[in-house]
Amino acid sequence: MAAVIRFVHRSTFSCRMGHQCLSSSCSAAVPKSVQVGSSAWKALPERVKIVEVGPRDGLQNEKTVVPTEVKIHLIDMLSEAGLPVIEATSFVSPKWVPQMADQVEVMKGIRRRPGVAYPVLTPNLKGFQEAVKAGAAEVAIFGAASELFSKKNINCSVEESLQRFEEVTKAAKEAGVPVRGYVSCVLGCPYEGKVSPDKVAQVAKRLYSMGCYEISLGDTTGVGTPGGMTEMLEVVSREVPVTALAVHCHDTYGQALANILIALQMGVSVVDSSVAGLGGCPYAQGASGNVATEDVVYMLHGLGIQTGVDLTKVMDAGAFICRSLNRKTSSKVAQASCKL
Amino acid sequence: MGNVPATVKHCLSYEQLVQDFPWLAHWLQEEKHALTHEYPEYVKIVEVGPRDGLQNEKEMVPTGVKIRLIDMLSETGLPVIEATSFVSSKWVPQMADHTEVLQGIQKHSHVRYPVLTPNMHGFKDAVAAGATEVAVFGSASETFSLKNINCSIDESMLRFQEIICSAKQQQIPVRGYVSCALGCPYEGHLEPTKVAEVVKRLYELGCYEVSLGDTIGVGTPGSMAKMLHTVMKEVPHSALAVHCHDTHGQALANILTALQVTALEMGICVVDSSVAGLGGCPYAHGASGNVSTEDVLYMLHGIGVRTGVDLSKVILAGDFICEALNRKTNSKVAQARGECW
Repeated sequence: MAAVIRFVHRSTFSCRMGHQCLSSSCSAAVPKSVQVGSSAWKALPERVKIVEVGPRDGLQNEKTVVPTEVKIHLIDMLSEAGLPVIEATSFVSPKWVPQMADQVEVMKGIRRRPGVAYPVLTPNLKGFQEAVKAGAAEVAIFGAASELFSKKNINCSVEESLQRFEEVTKAAKEAGVPVRGYVSCVLGCPYEGKVSPDKVAQVAKRLYSMGCYEISLGDTTGVGTPGGMTEMLEVVSREVPVTALAVHCHDTYGQALANILIALQMGVSVVDSSVAGLGGCPYAQGASGNVATEDVVYMLHGLGIQTGVDLTKVMDAGAFICRSLNRKTSSKVAQASCKL
Repeated sequence: MGNVPATVKHCLSYEQLVQDFPWLAHWLQEEKHALTHEYPEYVKIVEVGPRDGLQNEKEMVPTGVKIRLIDMLSETGLPVIEATSFVSSKWVPQMADHTEVLQGIQKHSHVRYPVLTPNMHGFKDAVAAGATEVAVFGSASETFSLKNINCSIDESMLRFQEIICSAKQQQIPVRGYVSCALGCPYEGHLEPTKVAEVVKRLYELGCYEVSLGDTIGVGTPGSMAKMLHTVMKEVPHSALAVHCHDTHGQALANILTALQVTALEMGICVVDSSVAGLGGCPYAHGASGNVSTEDVLYMLHGIGVRTGVDLSKVILAGDFICEALNRKTNSKVAQARGECW
């Protein structure tokens, strides 16, 4: 519960020099009332699971098509870095996403580390069946909290998409394959603008009820701020337990780490991120997209939160993929560690 | 995220963006949020771009450009703009035109223009040039103090005492800075008690406000909270500011932490930032430095905190200086509103 504090007076600021300084300083008011719920410095989780989406979400949004062996090597390096979940590829039609055309080869080529999950995206039953045939042991489905985004992105309404996903979750249940759900546009939509937290909660709840073990809430265009994140999570966590929620923040407006921090304070303990911040924002040319795994891990470790991840090895993987893509890293930690 | 067809491309100039998505303009203005009670109602932004920012840029900036930048920033609603530095031009050639800058800018009545004064000589020059507020720069780290300003912390305090005494007589407010508040490039981790000691000394000498600088941007929300908690035992929260560097991408998260009001403590309500994120980190080549004013404003407005600053005008000032410096902005907000390439 948030602390309720009302700032009543704006105090003019008497500086140490003994005269009134400009009163445009802070409102250092006495709080009218303070409700101490579970506030104070809100307890952070002891451990956070990082879901590495670089090889799928990251590469999918890179212009350069990456050779299969480079993808495989990247995933292998990330497996060695201690990441518990690495989204490997996507079983969508190569007509739509040429970058993921080598989905089967990637699945078969990677060295699967014991204890690491390698979910793959499956937009429909056909994709699911192919994924299982290729050896997938976990899949992911992608809903949206915005009707327009759903139509433009996957060519159907939110309701239609949820019906498609029900087919997938049913089949997955029968096959004993866990399913992760994504909801995009949770803090804003490039077409509709503001998105109601109730709508987000509705979609998240549907995905959870149909069997998704975890729902990743995506700030697709990175417009969210800690204010919007707080409001959205409060509403969604009434419908889906916070232990089953993850945040997938984009850093398009530089807000990602602040948004992630707020989510942690609200009890979320699963964070999606992308090595080297791979994957630009397709809606704003030149803008950044996924938050960089290196920067997230730096923050979490600085907070004393365990992740099981070796930051140095993630940076190595980031350096590798950036060399292959011939681009600079989007991770500030990686940039800072580069001393010429 | 998702299967976005590669053909979706939006050309987003800022004006276009606001035209097409009016909700975004609303978000860029001050949006009240139901949960503002967790944060101060108002945060004062101290714009350090023209001094701290430009000082760390490689390109020498013509006086006319500096003046124009400050004038543009004065139009944005920013309440404090650090204009220049009265240090020896031998050490900081970028600030050699301090007198011309201070005398050339259009001083708005609702804006303050502090200038850095490292010693009495600089202070006298600043006053002669018309300065009405000055700033002194201390350090929580002995080694950094020696390397940066060529004297120990104790020696620097003696220098500052001289300045503050003289400033008091002339009714000139003095702002203090403490660098390395969350880590030193030479000494590494610094104990919060050490930081608090230096902050307290500056405050007791007579600084009306002390800005706590994460000089190499190594701080994270945990170390920020610990440091502030310790410092606030010695100095009231209302006399503190945070000056975060974004070298490791932690600045906004650290600022958010500093602002958060808890059941036990009030939040900080003064934040230093630099337009377009001007000013790299001199200790890590290619790394970023100052947090950008645009990104800070975007966050603050998003959580319902008032600043009195017009974000769109800051973006324009950022555009101007980046063009003059022939460099890209470090602000993600400015990058996001996009140019068609």
